[in-house]
Amino acid sequence: MSTAAMTAPISAPREDKSGFTRDRAVWGAIMLAPYVLVFAVMVVYPVAYGLWLGLNWNSYRALFADPIFIRTVVNTIIFLFVAVNLKFLIALLLSGFFVQQRAWIRIVLVLFILPWAVPSIPTILSFRVMLNPENGMVNQQLFQWFGVMEGPGWLTDPTLAFVCSIFVHIWKSLPFWTLILITGRLAIAQDLYEAASVDGANRWQQFRFITWPSLATLYVTSTMLSMIWTLGDFNSVYLLTGGGPGDLNHVLATLGIRYMRNNNLDLGIASIIVAMPLILPMVFVMVKRLSKGAEA
Amino acid sequence: MKKVLDEGKLILIAIPVLIWTLLPIYHLFVLSISNQESMLAGKLWPDQPTLQNFQIVFKQQHYYLHNFWLQMFNSFFIAVATGLITLFVATFAAFAIARLKVKGGRTIMNLALATYLIPAAFLAIPMYKAMGSYGLLNTQASLILAMVALASPYAIWVLKQASDKLPKELDEAAVMDGATSLQLFRLVYLPLMKPSMVVIGIYALLLAWNEYLYAFLLLSSEKAVPLAVGLGLFLSADDAPWNLLMAAGLLYAIPPAVIYYGFRKNMVGGLTSGAVKS
Repeated sequence: MSTAAMTAPISAPREDKSGFTRDRAVWGAIMLAPYVLVFAVMVVYPVAYGLWLGLNWNSYRALFADPIFIRTVVNTIIFLFVAVNLKFLIALLLSGFFVQQRAWIRIVLVLFILPWAVPSIPTILSFRVMLNPENGMVNQQLFQWFGVMEGPGWLTDPTLAFVCSIFVHIWKSLPFWTLILITGRLAIAQDLYEAASVDGANRWQQFRFITWPSLATLYVTSTMLSMIWTLGDFNSVYLLTGGGPGDLNHVLATLGIRYMRNNNLDLGIASIIVAMPLILPMVFVMVKRLSKGAEA
Repeated sequence: MKKVLDEGKLILIAIPVLIWTLLPIYHLFVLSISNQESMLAGKLWPDQPTLQNFQIVFKQQHYYLHNFWLQMFNSFFIAVATGLITLFVATFAAFAIARLKVKGGRTIMNLALATYLIPAAFLAIPMYKAMGSYGLLNTQASLILAMVALASPYAIWVLKQASDKLPKELDEAAVMDGATSLQLFRLVYLPLMKPSMVVIGIYALLLAWNEYLYAFLLLSSEKAVPLAVGLGLFLSADDAPWNLLMAAGLLYAIPPAVIYYGFRKNMVGGLTSGAVKS
């Protein structure tokens, strides 16, 4: 009798629970469905179709025969290496500046994030006009201040134009990464620094033994994410130079789109598939890192 | 004395940083209030600042700006639709993965994250092709769908992280009281997730408002394109009226800048926060 009385109230919620589990599975599937549909239609099918088109061996032969392509691969590697490392070096230094507790520095920070907050098209086109070799503001001012009759051909000289597009890319993406590194620095316990300065550690030693070890993981994760995004940056190159002068300054992102706009989809697909050996390992590592982050 | 020296050093860093950051934006502003003549002279400040460019833009009195207001409206419509649909798709998915623990949910989230990590310009090419086979090219639906697909992975990821922070006991208590999954969603989950949902909705909205590449690929009719593409048309002109472009560009850039500043604190960090913690 007493056992029955004890089990009865326990078994009732147990039934509820299994009922709920079924309800849960059904609604879980229904609620996940919209995303799965978007994912299938917009990502899985296009990527699978792209890979299938990418099996066409002839397009790679045509690709490697195109002199612009080899130049583009070299450009892309230089762009990635210089832009990402330079950006993170500057972001690392600037994050040290911005964590200083001053009211006026907070105001500087608010202005500093503007490039990140505004859309690319007006600002990059503003660069383009400003750097115009003939009547752009930069060369006109060089003439007025320093009497330079013929200022540098910022966008007409191939090397300079390439350097400029790297700078525009950094201009646009620097604020975001600086903010990330500021967040990282603010997470470091302040008493570590206090203890270190009591022990007589100088600025460099504090950076070397406290800041850097605490920031290293974040720095590496961010660098990798930034590499992937930099590889996909079309705007900085296209809006500033259009890949020119003379198609000398394309990166894979702009070249792929250029092929496609010229109705040469196979070459467009091939030109992005050649980057896969670089991208896939990074995507794999990043997904692992990020899903671990989501777990924590 | 040392303090003054320190402050001096900081100011020496601040000045070049500000010049570097603000120069192109200042230049954008200067051109927008310059007439053709002082624009071509590359002046630091126009001789006779004028609001005439804005007047021309407002009244659509230039060949390139005939559809300015329509394109502004298109930008607005595409951004709001992207924001709302992303919110709908991502909130449901995050609830199913984080709270209902639906089977395969984690795998789907990881696959979604992988999408987020495909370089944007690379995904654009096969997506364009797919839009062609769906017969959606040159419709705004194609751009909205593309933007939802690009915004959802991050949105789900952020919402999943926020959901995990909600106490499990809430769900358990509700289930004990006999709540169904739907009631759990409506009465427990939604009210608690509101702040994260606002951030995600705005993130998706801004992503769509600022997008250029996908818009430029997927839409071509002058009446259907958002303002970003409308402004990009100036690129094809031999002697483009850059001052008009800059005036229109300024109007296009102000709304997202205002929104960013309003939500600045919530917009950073997300993806790398896992790395900050470890």
